Amino acid sequence: MSRKPRDKQMTIDEVVASLENGMTIGIGGWGPRRKPMALVRALYNSDLTDLTIVSWGGADVGLLARAGKIRRLVYAFVSLDTVPLEPNFQRARQAAAIPEVVELDEGMFQTGLRAAAQRLPFLPMRAGLGSDVLVNNPWIRTVTSPYDEGHGHEELVAVPALRLDAALVHLNRADQHGNASYLGPDPYFDDLFAMAADRTYVSVEQVVDTAGLTVDTPVQRLLLSRMMVTGVVETPHGAHFTTCTPDYERDERFQRAYAAAASGSDEDWQAFHDRFLAGDEASYQAAVQAFTEESRKESAR
Amino acid sequence: MSAPTNAPSTRADVCAAAIADAFSEDGEIFASPMGLLPTVGVRLAKLTSNPDLVISDGESVFLGGVPPLGGTDVVEGWIPFRKVFDVIAYGRRHVMMGATQVDRHGNQNISAIGPFAQPRRQLLGSRGAPGNTVGHRTSYWVPRHSDRVFVERVDVVSGVGPRRAREAGPAAARFNDIHRVVSNLGVFDLGGADDTMRLVSVHPGVAVDDVVAATGFSLEIPADVPTTREPSYEELVLIREVIDPKGLRFKEVPHDQHRD
Repeated sequence: MSRKPRDKQMTIDEVVASLENGMTIGIGGWGPRRKPMALVRALYNSDLTDLTIVSWGGADVGLLARAGKIRRLVYAFVSLDTVPLEPNFQRARQAAAIPEVVELDEGMFQTGLRAAAQRLPFLPMRAGLGSDVLVNNPWIRTVTSPYDEGHGHEELVAVPALRLDAALVHLNRADQHGNASYLGPDPYFDDLFAMAADRTYVSVEQVVDTAGLTVDTPVQRLLLSRMMVTGVVETPHGAHFTTCTPDYERDERFQRAYAAAASGSDEDWQAFHDRFLAGDEASYQAAVQAFTEESRKESAR
Repeated sequence: MSAPTNAPSTRADVCAAAIADAFSEDGEIFASPMGLLPTVGVRLAKLTSNPDLVISDGESVFLGGVPPLGGTDVVEGWIPFRKVFDVIAYGRRHVMMGATQVDRHGNQNISAIGPFAQPRRQLLGSRGAPGNTVGHRTSYWVPRHSDRVFVERVDVVSGVGPRRAREAGPAAARFNDIHRVVSNLGVFDLGGADDTMRLVSVHPGVAVDDVVAATGFSLEIPADVPTTREPSYEELVLIREVIDPKGLRFKEVPHDQHRD
C-alpha cells in the first residue's frame, strides 16, 4: 500500500465520460485567459446535452453555444478581448438558441461562487440593485439587513449561490494528487470554482512531483489543494488559443481565424470545425501547429 | 505620428484633458479607464492634477510610474481581477467605462441592443457596470457622439443612473455617483432637473446645436455653455511625447475632428 495520497491522473475522455447530461458545469479562467480549452473542445465534441454553463466567458462559451450544448448560461460577459464580441455567442443569443440566459454583474458572479464555496444559500451585496440584472432575473431576491448602521435597514441583493456539479480549470502545473499552481499574473477565480463544485477537474501544462511545485516558485502560487480536486489531466497547450502565461500567450492569429469562421457562413464554420475541432486533442494540436507554420511562411514571403 | 508640440490642440487632446479633469479631485483612489482615451486622460491626470491616483496596467498590477500606452513601469501593487471586486466594494475607485447607449437619466447599456430575450445585437454583457455604479464614482466615455448612443431609454440598464438608484433604495443610492460623461463633442454631467443629463461644456469648434442634433433626448442646456478648456502647453507635451507618442488616440478620435 502506497503511503502517498492517491494518483488522480485522468485522460480528457475519462473526464468527459464522468459528466452527465443536464449538469451544471463551471469553467475557470477569465474571458480569453487560461481557459481549460482542451476539456472544452472535448465537451464540444461529446454527446453531452442540456448543460448549464457558468463562466466569465470567452471562446469556451462560444464553442459550447455553437455546438448547442447549453440549455442555461450564467455569465457576466462573453468576450475575446482583442475581438471584443464573441461571434458564436452573439449568434446564439441573436437566434435565441440558448433557452435560458442568466446575465449577472461580474462581482455578483464572484459572490455567487463565494456563497457556494461557503455552503451558504446566498450572500448579500449591492451590485445588481437598480439594474436590469434584477429585472431580467426576477428569481433573484433582495434581503433586508437586520442591522441599521445609520442608513436604515438596507435592502441588498441576496446573490444566490452558484453551486456547480463540476468545475473545469486549467493551471500551469499540478502534481498527480491534484495540488496545482498558476505561474501567471492572475489566479482568476479557479479556487472558487473548485470550492463551489462537487468535483473539480484540473488540466495542466505539466504534471510534476510534489516537490517540483515549489522548487522554483513561491508557495503562494499553489492555488488548488488536492482536497478540492477530483482529477488531473496533463494537456500541454491545453489552454490554446487563450493565454497560459508564462507558458504561452494568447494565439491572436488563431483567435482571428476562429472569430472569422464563427462570424462567417455555415460553410466557413464547417471548414474550421473539420480542420481543427472534429478530431481529438492531439489532432487539434497538430492542426494548430500546421496552421502556425503556414502563417509563418506566409508572413515571411 | 503625433502632431508637433507647438501645433494647436486636436479634438483628441481636448478629450484627454477633459477626461483628466474628471479625475482631478479624486485623491488617492484606483482610477480604472476602459479604452484608449480614458487611459490617456487618467495618465495625464496623474502627471498633472492628481499625482496620488493609483493606476494599473489594465491587467494585474498597479504601476508606480506613468508609462506610455503599451509600456511598462515599476510595479507598486497587485490587482488581479478578484481584487478589483474587493476595491469596488471598498469604494476607493473611479471607473470610466464605455457605453453603447446612455439615456437622459444616466443609465448605461453594454449588454444588448433590442429585447433582452432575443437581442438584435448581443454586446459584451453587463460586465461590472451594475456593481460599479452602486459602489463608487463612475464616468462614461463615448468616442462617437450620436443619437444611436444617446437614446431616450437604454434597451438594457447595465450601469445604473441616479434616479434608478434612488428608486432602488438607499443601499443602491448611497454610493451611486455618475460623475461625468465625456464624448467627442462635449462634457456632460447628471446635474439637470431630476438628475438628468446636462451639457457642461462643448469642445472647441463644436456648437451647442451640433450636440443637440446628435443627442436622442432632450438635454438640459444652461443659458451659458462654456467651451471645454484647451490643454495647456505642458499637457500637450505630456500627451504627445510622454503618454501617447505613437498617436494611438487618433484611432479613437480622428484628426479630422479638429477645431477648425
